[in-house]
Amino acid sequence: MRIAKLMGLVAVLLAIASTLALAEGQVLLNAAGATFPYPIYSKWFDVYHTAHSNVQINYQSIGSGGGIRQLLDKTVDFGASDGPMNDDQLKQASVPILHFPTVLGAAIPSYNLSGVQGDLNFTPEALSGIFLGKVTKWNDPAIAGANPGMKLPGDDIVVVHRSDGSGTSYIWTDYLSKVSPEWLQKVGKGTSVNWPVGLGGKGNEGVSALIQQTPGSLGYVELIYAVQNKIPYGKVKNSSGAFVKADLASVSAAAAAAAKFIPDDFRVSITNPEGKAAYPIASFTWLLIPSKFSDAAKRDVVKDFLKWALTDGQQYCEALSYAKLPKEVVAKEMKAIAQIQ
Amino acid sequence: MATTPNAATPADFSGNSRALLRRWTGADEIAHFITFLAAATLLLITSLLVYQLWVLSAEARHKFGWTFFITKTWDPVAGDFGALPFIYGTIVTSAVALVIAVPLGVGAAIFLAELAPPKLSSSLTFVSDLLAAVPSVIYGLLGVFLLVPVMRTSIQPGLKAVFGFLPLFQGPSYGIGFLTAGIVLAIMVVPFVLSVSREVLLAVPRDQREAALALGATKWESTWKVVVPAARIGIFGSVFLALARALGETMAVTMVIGNNPKIAASLFSPGYSIAAVLANEFSEATGNLYLSALIELGLVLFLLTFVLNGMARLLILATTARGSGVLPT
Repeated sequence: MRIAKLMGLVAVLLAIASTLALAEGQVLLNAAGATFPYPIYSKWFDVYHTAHSNVQINYQSIGSGGGIRQLLDKTVDFGASDGPMNDDQLKQASVPILHFPTVLGAAIPSYNLSGVQGDLNFTPEALSGIFLGKVTKWNDPAIAGANPGMKLPGDDIVVVHRSDGSGTSYIWTDYLSKVSPEWLQKVGKGTSVNWPVGLGGKGNEGVSALIQQTPGSLGYVELIYAVQNKIPYGKVKNSSGAFVKADLASVSAAAAAAAKFIPDDFRVSITNPEGKAAYPIASFTWLLIPSKFSDAAKRDVVKDFLKWALTDGQQYCEALSYAKLPKEVVAKEMKAIAQIQ
Repeated sequence: MATTPNAATPADFSGNSRALLRRWTGADEIAHFITFLAAATLLLITSLLVYQLWVLSAEARHKFGWTFFITKTWDPVAGDFGALPFIYGTIVTSAVALVIAVPLGVGAAIFLAELAPPKLSSSLTFVSDLLAAVPSVIYGLLGVFLLVPVMRTSIQPGLKAVFGFLPLFQGPSYGIGFLTAGIVLAIMVVPFVLSVSREVLLAVPRDQREAALALGATKWESTWKVVVPAARIGIFGSVFLALARALGETMAVTMVIGNNPKIAASLFSPGYSIAAVLANEFSEATGNLYLSALIELGLVLFLLTFVLNGMARLLILATTARGSGVLPT
């Protein structure tokens, strides 16, 4: 009997609490998608929640593919992806989906070559040749030509790539597709591709473990992971002919260089942009927002959150090693927010 | 009443026992029903699993048909999918694992059950049970950081020097690949073989051993010619368990197999297994065909487990029938 009474009391309290919550205009948003921007997104959602205690945003970092699927199945309010949705996927959506770039990511070439001092320089020809399996020795002219004065050994190159589907692979293969027609035709770009050569490591940690352990290896790692784990990496020649080392500034510069070519739907690849300071293997990561919300409260929160994340929210980027959006892109996005209805 | 049956009158006793009988039949039915329900649930879960895999893989099944099993490409960009390299990798790594784990596990089980002093036996068994409880990601990490360097610098060059004439041991030593994955799997499944084999060996009646010894057999002869054959079916059971674990292992394998869907004769070559590709690509699989091809791979793994288990069972039936003269009935 006592238990029954207690249960009754709990039920009443819950009912009161929920009406109070409703009265306050509690808004709960569910989102899912890319793992790469998860640290900054969770920071944003947390700070935003502190400022607006009635708004709760749950984000599941299940991967870009899962985010797109859940968005199309309408099991989440919005999604997130490291690669833009393709036309087929957009057609499947019941309401048009808008893309909003939030932060930038980059992939860097990491290698294990004993006896080499300083950063190696990589040309687009060298990188595509190595990943196509055509450049197989470290002293190949394609590599040696860009590194005058360095004594490169004649060892075999062991290529290492990501085995799990990932936005980092997307950026890397997108870049190779742009600089090498052969790569575009034989392999193409995607979160997972049919790699012509190499070993696959799971996650950034898997790739960097393989590189550390395999003499003569070369692979790509997400920039943030490399910075946080102090992994040395090489420079890459950009389209202006300069060898640029990836850092937050050179990645933002890539976005700024591409800003004037960004289409209205923001589905754009910014790899290999023009601009002397631009690091060529970088990409946006996007929030995928439906253009129509049936719930007006949710719509207002999403719009307000986006405005905040693109302006004040950008200050949290650097502490987490994300490259900020250039202001040209932010200005364009602020206008696009009006399309959400 | 039951404690003092002498005090009971015959009438009382028969009445009680009838009541007892009635009660017990009721309980019997309930127990029968509950255990049936448990068994039926198991069957239901399995059928639902197969049904779901079948339905969700429809797009890939229609597009590729039977060629899915013999296609060597796995190209998510072009939308061209085949299961062959993954089937090959799954079978090869599991085979390597069993070749290593079965002699090791059964040998250790014979020692622990028959020859070792009881104290040593129970403590070693405890250690083996501990091994079975280690999460697979730990085995994967140990594989990457301890086994892979040793494989690359010593074991693979050594094997190449001695058995280099065999296609199995040729090619460059990366340290990761089929062989390394097989060894890591072997370490993971040894406790299963050991634990189950030891139990069944211990379950062989003492009479059998004593009879053999009485006939003048040595300790080893009694173990090898009487006890082990008597426990054979149980030992095979332990091998099934190990095989099932090896076929479905995901994390440890993907960390050391190299994740490259290639079919190569050399055990040094990197490869890929079904469970590993599912773990790697499922979360980022965009596009319906890609997803349904991955789900069809899951179906293939299910089939593969089914077929290999069935074949192993047939093998047992055959060997048991042939050797039935040795077996106690």
